[in-house]
Amino acid sequence: MSLIRKPLNRRSILRAGAMGGAALATPTIFTSRAWSAGYLNEPTGSEVVFGFNVPQTGAYADEGADELRAYQLAVKHINGEGDGGMLNTFTSKALGGNGINGKKVAYVTGDTQTKSDAARASAKRMIEKDGAIMITGGSSSGVAIAVQSLCQEAGVIFMAGLTHSNDTTGKDRRANGFRHFFNTEMTGAALAPVLKNAFGTARRAYHLTADYTWGWSQEGSIKKYTEDIGWDTVAAVRTPLGAGDFSQYITPVLNSGADVLVLNHYGKDMVNSLTQAVQFGLRDKTVNGKQFEIVVPLFSRLMAQGAGENIKGIFGSTNWNWSLQDEGSKAFVKSFGQEYGFPPSQAAHTTYCQALLYADACQRAGTFQPCAVKDALEDFDFDGLGNGPTLYRGADHQCFKDVLVVKGKEAPQSQFDLLEVVEVTPRSQVEYKPDMADVQGDLGTCNNGA
Amino acid sequence: MDVILLQLLNGLDKGGAYALIALGLTLIFGTLGVVNFAHGALFMLGAFCAVTFNKFLSLEIVTTDPTKTTAWGSPLEIRTPYIEVYFGDFGAWVLNYSVPVSILFAIPVMLLVGFIMERGLIKHFYNRAHADQILVTFGLAIVIQEVIKSMFGANPIPQSAPELVRGAADVGAVFGYDPGIIVYPYWRMVYLGFAAAVIGAVFAFLQFTTFGMVVRAGMADRDTVGLLGINIQRRFTVVFAIAAVVAGVAGVMYTPILPPDYHMGMDFLVLSFVVVVVGGMGSLPGAVAAGFLLGILQSFASMNEVKAVLPGIDQIIIYLVAVVILLVRPRGLMGRKGVMEN
Amino acid sequence: MFTKTSPALDLVYFLVFAAAVLTMPIWLAPIGAGYPDLLQKFAIFGLFATGFNILFGLTGYLSFGHAAFLGVGSYTAVWSFKLLGMNPIPAAVLAVVASGVFALAIGYVSLRRSGIYFSILTLAFAQMSYNLAYSVLTPITNGETGLRVLESDPRILDGGGATDGPLISNLFGIEMTGYAGFYFCAVVLLIGFFIAQRIFRSPFGIMLRAVKTNQNRMTYTGLNPRPYTLAAFVISGMYAGLAGALMCITDPLAGAERMQWTASGEVVLMTILGGAGTLLGPIFGAALIKYFENIFSAFNEQTLHEIFGFLPDFLEAPVVAVSGLFVGEGWHLTLGVLFMLIVIFLPGGLMEGFARIGRVLKRSSNKSEKSGSATAPAE
Repeated sequence: MSLIRKPLNRRSILRAGAMGGAALATPTIFTSRAWSAGYLNEPTGSEVVFGFNVPQTGAYADEGADELRAYQLAVKHINGEGDGGMLNTFTSKALGGNGINGKKVAYVTGDTQTKSDAARASAKRMIEKDGAIMITGGSSSGVAIAVQSLCQEAGVIFMAGLTHSNDTTGKDRRANGFRHFFNTEMTGAALAPVLKNAFGTARRAYHLTADYTWGWSQEGSIKKYTEDIGWDTVAAVRTPLGAGDFSQYITPVLNSGADVLVLNHYGKDMVNSLTQAVQFGLRDKTVNGKQFEIVVPLFSRLMAQGAGENIKGIFGSTNWNWSLQDEGSKAFVKSFGQEYGFPPSQAAHTTYCQALLYADACQRAGTFQPCAVKDALEDFDFDGLGNGPTLYRGADHQCFKDVLVVKGKEAPQSQFDLLEVVEVTPRSQVEYKPDMADVQGDLGTCNNGA
Repeated sequence: MDVILLQLLNGLDKGGAYALIALGLTLIFGTLGVVNFAHGALFMLGAFCAVTFNKFLSLEIVTTDPTKTTAWGSPLEIRTPYIEVYFGDFGAWVLNYSVPVSILFAIPVMLLVGFIMERGLIKHFYNRAHADQILVTFGLAIVIQEVIKSMFGANPIPQSAPELVRGAADVGAVFGYDPGIIVYPYWRMVYLGFAAAVIGAVFAFLQFTTFGMVVRAGMADRDTVGLLGINIQRRFTVVFAIAAVVAGVAGVMYTPILPPDYHMGMDFLVLSFVVVVVGGMGSLPGAVAAGFLLGILQSFASMNEVKAVLPGIDQIIIYLVAVVILLVRPRGLMGRKGVMEN
Repeated sequence: MFTKTSPALDLVYFLVFAAAVLTMPIWLAPIGAGYPDLLQKFAIFGLFATGFNILFGLTGYLSFGHAAFLGVGSYTAVWSFKLLGMNPIPAAVLAVVASGVFALAIGYVSLRRSGIYFSILTLAFAQMSYNLAYSVLTPITNGETGLRVLESDPRILDGGGATDGPLISNLFGIEMTGYAGFYFCAVVLLIGFFIAQRIFRSPFGIMLRAVKTNQNRMTYTGLNPRPYTLAAFVISGMYAGLAGALMCITDPLAGAERMQWTASGEVVLMTILGGAGTLLGPIFGAALIKYFENIFSAFNEQTLHEIFGFLPDFLEAPVVAVSGLFVGEGWHLTLGVLFMLIVIFLPGGLMEGFARIGRVLKRSSNKSEKSGSATAPAE
């Protein structure tokens, strides 16, 4: 019976004032429209509510759990608890460790299930029922784009989590949505020169690509930049999402004449295809007189653990890694490690930054009104969050910062020490025009929801 | 030609995996008349027997080195596996062979799991509607899955094959092809041989033992066997436990190919149902044949040459074949009339 | 379901149901479900399950591919928005037509087989639809991202071109979000429920039950069951398509994962959980599953500490730790346990539970002296 009583208790507590009084007890689109003053979910009590929408079930549950840890840490730091983390190294000093605009940050959580429908339902619950002023999180581009357009329609800010497809800030960009994470275009621009140095210019690449939008986006970017350095693309084969056994796609690589295999897979697909490709002896082969190589353009340390030994020496790119030695990264790793006992993942880092950036923008704007916050975030220059000097570009709401090219470490010091940074590609090298072909889009106008 | 040969190998390998899972599923269907949606979870449990065994072997003595610290300021931990401390080289050998050795661990565990499941839950559902069986076994599958997730997390956990069989063999060279064209991983060949052995053992058991004879009779006509005064109930328990073991060891041996995670059972569930039904309800040879047929067809459909003509065919081939076979042969490849038709 | 029925009783039954549905925002608020999105989901999935029940509950044919029709309905609705305009009426009508045609084709083939062979055929068709929609058919379905309405779409009836507001479906000026969206869904659910009730009581419904009870005997009496089952299949496919359209009307996005086998499985679970073959059961089942998905998954450690804050500290920590396993990221576990408990102790689903409670109440009111309530017999 206790199962059934829980929500009753929870409600009564919420009503008792934890959320800030009677005005917020029915924070729905419906009522706020009826007032038609201010903006949607305007916080009127002593607290402001963030919505953390992360995958808690399904293949990315561990990544989602790490994102949630980072969010909880960010909330602590914004509210002035703990050691302050990257707030101490952040170049903007607007936040004073006493909440935002005098209000303490509270949060609600939800499960995206890595499905667009579930993610939107969860985000809607946060907006309609819990009065969330901002939604953030996620671990897939499909979900990010779906939730971003929902937030645009509803009139709240969306701070994207881990999403790597160009589309999020490309053809599906929205005025209310912002992304700190990098994208396939930047991966291609950063990775290609390193690959050129390591493997030379006369290479023949074979792509295995997850058959959905993110996979295509990455395949396109890698092809474009590797062909620029003189590589040939032998074939680009699409594989079904969640294929499990990739043997039937790997064997044709053997006699295709290719000497590099590019795996445009993420998550479980990446773990499986990489494990199996290594099993098929691809890395022991010599083709065209050259050592056969495998490249995994988007690396995630959390996921790479699943591939074990097989990632050693394999090149890829990542948004951030805990081994970085700048002040911001060190402060974040220390704060996170002391709290949870292990280092943060890149998903944790990007979500922590997003929470901080949003909070800072609200403080600078002096309000939580989405359009004012948007103006504060647009073309905002900052540093001290682990990626060097960074720009939140106003034209497409994409962050521009250095990109890490990494390699699976040969002699790891611990179970977390999987990637070594090969090169920090400077921001200038990965910048592109916001109206470049393939990433053109229309931000539209920002929506306050009221 | 070499491409065809390679895809045939792939297909056999895939087929072996499908056939192993389908075998247990169809045993339960055929004898017990139960739709077991938890069968994928049993496969997953087997895989996690290997993980647990490996974790147990790699239990470590943790000492801290106060002179060095981690990036977040706590003392650096130095880990040495117990087994190497106590058993030296033998310990290292067991660790190397942890996947095949863990079969010895998985068999009793899966027998126990099967026994408890059948006695505790499944036996109450023999005479219930198939819909109820689906709901209860699906619920059980979720529970098993979530328990594993809370213990091991959601990420895949890598398991390596023994070093001896870690690489790939140049199969083509044996048949006079150019070297390096037809190579195949040793472990996949081990898996294929293992699948053949298990399938053979199950068939032999059913064919040549009295127990097996009764079970086969029960599959053909449960009511009559019951009338003969044979305690079919007790045999059901054993059959269920055997099916659980077959699924479990299949899971154990699959771990070096597919790093196990808590959701892997669900990923295989739908596919194994298709295999069983295409094979024909209640037919063991049918399930095995369908497993290999679908595995091989799936491999061929994924060839670039085929995909160029029919884009997306590799995504749907299994289901397409299932539809065609079920329309041409009403009860699948070798199904009998009246089993699970209403 | 074999209790006495009469047209008058049915009407009362329907009116009570209608009143309950329309007042949901009020009486569901205390348990945290009184917000528009979840209420819309209750109505939409209630409709989906009601339609599924017309096939499964009456004829016994267990389709494992009904999500395909939901998906077809969704895609049709969004295409209707894109091409015709944001009015929900043409979207709903076209969705019903398209899913009906799709169901006719799949049903015609699948119904050549029965039992589990039928289930696997429907599953195969749905999985093919899902896999293709996710990848090769991306030009039509927009794949992983999902099909949405864009500013650049023609929208002929709306005059096309740019609009100043967000692209939300609107019924002659009333935007189909929030409570307006819920009431639209609720009215559609009531219509769907009314039709289902008529079908259950009609000679057609009796014929369908005959298919379930004994198809052979029916054939011997010279009746061909196929046209009846096919009709039931198409009708339930249309319900699914309508539900899919409603999902897009309240939220103009159609994603491929709506067609995955897990989605087909979900409606099966909803129906069995509530009570297959009963009118209200599937709606209860749908509401229960959606409630768990949306409310239980939202609990986190912070909320648990608030809930159990009244406990002394040495008790609070373990209680929070244990209950934490069942909520938040563990909400699937609660769902699994719930499935098992209900099917073990209430073979007829939730409706059986209500019936038992009803019987106990009746008995205790008849014999006021009687002490001790009947406990549920363990199966």
